[in-house]
Amino acid sequence: MAAVTGSLAGVVPRPKTEHGFMGWLSTVDHKRIGILYGVTAFLFFLLGGTEAVVMRLQLAVPDGAVTGPHLFNQLITMHATTMVFLVVMPMSAAFFNYLVPLQIGARDVAFPRLNALSYWIFLSGGVFINLSWLIGQAPAAGWFGYANLTSKTFSPDLGVDFWLLGLLILGTSSVAASLNFIVTIVNLRAPGMTMMRMPLFTWMTLVVAFLVVFAFPVVTIGLVELGFDRFMNTNFFNPLKGGDPVLWQHLFWLFGHPEVYILILPAMGIVSEVLPTFSRKPLFGYPVVVFSGIAIGFMGWGVWAHHMFTVGMGPVANTVFTLTTMFIAVPTGVKIFNWIGTLWGGQITLPTPMLFSLGFIAMFVIGGLSGVTHAISPSDYQQQDTYYIVAHFHYVLFGGAVFGLFSGIYFYWPKIWGRLLDEGLGKWHFWLMLIGFNMTFAPMHILGMNGMPRRIYTYPAGMGWDFWNMLETVGSLVIVLSLLIFIANVFKSRSNGKLAGNDPWDGRTLEWSIPSPPPAYNYATVPVVHGRDAFWSVKYPHLDHEGHGMAAVAHAPAEAHGQGGHEEHIHMPQGSLLPLIAGVGQTMMIGGTVFGVGSPVSIIGGLLMLGAIFAWCSEPINE
Amino acid sequence: MLNCCGHYEKFCTNFSGLPEAPCEGNVLSRQSRHLPLLASLLTLLLLLTVGCSAADPQNTLGSNLGIVAKKQADLFWTVFAWATIVFVFVESLLLFTVWRFRRREGAPEPHQTHGNTRLEIGWTVVPALILITVAVPTVSLLWELAAQPAVAVDVNVIGHQWWWEFQYPNMGTTDISNPSPSWGPTCPSCLVTANELHIPQGETVEFHLTSADVIHSFWVPKLGGKLDVVPGKTQSFWLRGDEPGMFYAQCAELCGIQHANMKFRVVVDTREKFNQWVQAQRQAPRPPDASALEGKGAEVFKAPANACVGCHTVQGVSAGKLGPNLTHIGSRTTIAAGVLDNTPENLKRWIHNPDDIKPGNLMAPAVRALNLSNDDLTALAAYLTSLK
Repeated sequence: MAAVTGSLAGVVPRPKTEHGFMGWLSTVDHKRIGILYGVTAFLFFLLGGTEAVVMRLQLAVPDGAVTGPHLFNQLITMHATTMVFLVVMPMSAAFFNYLVPLQIGARDVAFPRLNALSYWIFLSGGVFINLSWLIGQAPAAGWFGYANLTSKTFSPDLGVDFWLLGLLILGTSSVAASLNFIVTIVNLRAPGMTMMRMPLFTWMTLVVAFLVVFAFPVVTIGLVELGFDRFMNTNFFNPLKGGDPVLWQHLFWLFGHPEVYILILPAMGIVSEVLPTFSRKPLFGYPVVVFSGIAIGFMGWGVWAHHMFTVGMGPVANTVFTLTTMFIAVPTGVKIFNWIGTLWGGQITLPTPMLFSLGFIAMFVIGGLSGVTHAISPSDYQQQDTYYIVAHFHYVLFGGAVFGLFSGIYFYWPKIWGRLLDEGLGKWHFWLMLIGFNMTFAPMHILGMNGMPRRIYTYPAGMGWDFWNMLETVGSLVIVLSLLIFIANVFKSRSNGKLAGNDPWDGRTLEWSIPSPPPAYNYATVPVVHGRDAFWSVKYPHLDHEGHGMAAVAHAPAEAHGQGGHEEHIHMPQGSLLPLIAGVGQTMMIGGTVFGVGSPVSIIGGLLMLGAIFAWCSEPINE
Repeated sequence: MLNCCGHYEKFCTNFSGLPEAPCEGNVLSRQSRHLPLLASLLTLLLLLTVGCSAADPQNTLGSNLGIVAKKQADLFWTVFAWATIVFVFVESLLLFTVWRFRRREGAPEPHQTHGNTRLEIGWTVVPALILITVAVPTVSLLWELAAQPAVAVDVNVIGHQWWWEFQYPNMGTTDISNPSPSWGPTCPSCLVTANELHIPQGETVEFHLTSADVIHSFWVPKLGGKLDVVPGKTQSFWLRGDEPGMFYAQCAELCGIQHANMKFRVVVDTREKFNQWVQAQRQAPRPPDASALEGKGAEVFKAPANACVGCHTVQGVSAGKLGPNLTHIGSRTTIAAGVLDNTPENLKRWIHNPDDIKPGNLMAPAVRALNLSNDDLTALAAYLTSLK
């Protein structure tokens, strides 16, 4: 029997199996794609974390000799670029991928091959940007790459080229995935699941998807203009020829501020699932939490220039952005109170996922409050570009987003793998990470107010900075220790973790009603939903005042050509290698520009991409 | 069934009229009651730590040495006070809630409360009111800083990778043999210096900022917040030094490989001393004593093969525009843009191998090939020291 059939007359094999390496390369199953995103994002987390630890070693003492200035500037750039684009966003995508179809009672996303494409673009883009390290020319102009430092004149090596091309590549991945999720959420919800009955994580996914679709084009414009300046001697950002470096800042931050909401809302979505589960009562004020998420999405467009208070925009602009920035704290604060309202009156248990969600709230409150102090622009004239800012964004992004994502990892691990993570190791991970995190980042508030600028590779003794820097370095090593414990937990769980069953946490939403791990088709019969927290209503009908749970509806079986499944009646799309080829091809096409516009690598990549897309269009769902 | 016992009874709202369970030993423990106190003490400790650093050279919060810094610090403390109140309230509430509603053996399932409209309106409106309260002094100070008082002294600031050029318009001699830089404010009769700035005590100084290359940021923490130094535009702000002293300052926008070492000093002088300083800076330097070491050093400086004159200006001697003006370098406290104390030994170290001090700086390629002898370096240092 032929192992493969294929479009393009056997040139590109069409795997018929889900097993083995080929199965992973050709998967279009949202659950597998979610796992791929998660594992890849975690590996990049270790890379970005290593970059951070090296910086901390350099800054542990005055006149440090661990790195020179250029390496340090490369580290600050790559650490941040990695954490934002290769860790938090993809780890969030891992959850979008794995969870959203399960939460809405669907069998997959609307466009499974497009979904796979997003992953392969992300992986190849992340590898591409890190190739710069291998040639010693990693970008060194900061993760927000201010012009005109990024011009060919002031950043002559290939670093900024890798950076801007890498971000262009990664942007396509995010936009494609977001369009996919918008269509999925709008169209593929189970019968009876109105928008206001969707789990909150799915709501946040929808809001984030819209933010991505609108924000990435803006940074794309900036990056393309920067690319034109560097490759074709245009002058968008060149002040000597009438360009304006500040234009870059507007374009970048118009993207950059919605981007930070893209980074935090998924974690907030996870927390909004975890807290009700372990309080054993619904999310308090669900409609308000939904609307505050939407409000943050809208208001996030009106605050970007608070990153530019010291650029010299003048008092009118500074006033407007001061006020908008202060007021975005309101919908954020609402969520915090709604989460506390969820806990209030509950029957609270504290397994590891709950600890991380509570840690999220505690740390995010600090980060949010320091953010309000930045909004006070006259005071920000002192804070801007100091460690006080570094403290703020690590509290919201690490104490916030990363803690939230770890909450999700511990919460959904048993669903994904069928085995629980160890509770004892989990608690060690949490407490060490909480302590290490605060040791590392709390003193940065003090350093900032004590005049230590950011992005400096060294500092002299006698500034009053020595003690706090040393403490921060020790804290960063405590974080490393906590991560080693997590990794040990992962191995332990995979080899002999406690079996989870369908519903280890007595969950509230649909995904807990199916086996762990779920079968390829997710739901044998598509559920019909009558309220929020539909699964909880089924289990505890006497507690349910508003909804009426869910009922299973017989689904007309169809002829199956699906790969490897035992359910003969359910029609799942067959895997394909074309997303991989198209994704790698696109990365080569765009990334090949480091060798020059229209280089051989670019041309080959472009042809691969086009060929794969053509084949994709003519490839049937199943062969 | 609701359990609303103990100390916090008044905050426990019966959301939907269900019967309340009798209080059965659910008394608030001593520890929880003290949580807010503990949190406040920790915050106070934090405050003390920062406050105690007022002596540190770049501290932004502790000083009354500059009116702008003081007003910005006062505003910060006001907002910080509100932030502390919110922090203590929210974190204590969180900790209390988790403790208070721990799952107890045999307890019934909690009431599946879906929300409470009044509470939700309340916790939307109250934060908004706090923010409005804070917005008023904020916007007020923003506009006060934007409209500067009567200016006594103007200073042009031109940022370079990785040093600072300062020009005092209309304070230089009329015999300026150095044309203005190719960009930035033109300055036909400027007093030009670098890396050390003097201003008179108690008088408003307006700084006009531009850059010769990339974006930098001009920041004297103890005198006030920063303003970016942007190529292709000139922008201005004011500061006032209210006590005499030497103030540390540093670039605050990533500007390349030596961003960390692009520092400067601001000296606040009494008006009398400031006038003396200006007078001294306006003069051409006294000619070096040809028979002494400094005379030999002048020859080393002037030798075309040594490339000094191509980059540096010494009034009456050379007209280079790429590096700092050295006319009165002997009078400065530091060299290499605030990085080294100005001593003959450090001058030798710096000129011999700038890459040792500031790896990647732009002087290094020029001097790398020179291989000046130790004698030449000693003489050169003597000459530069004589340029007071």
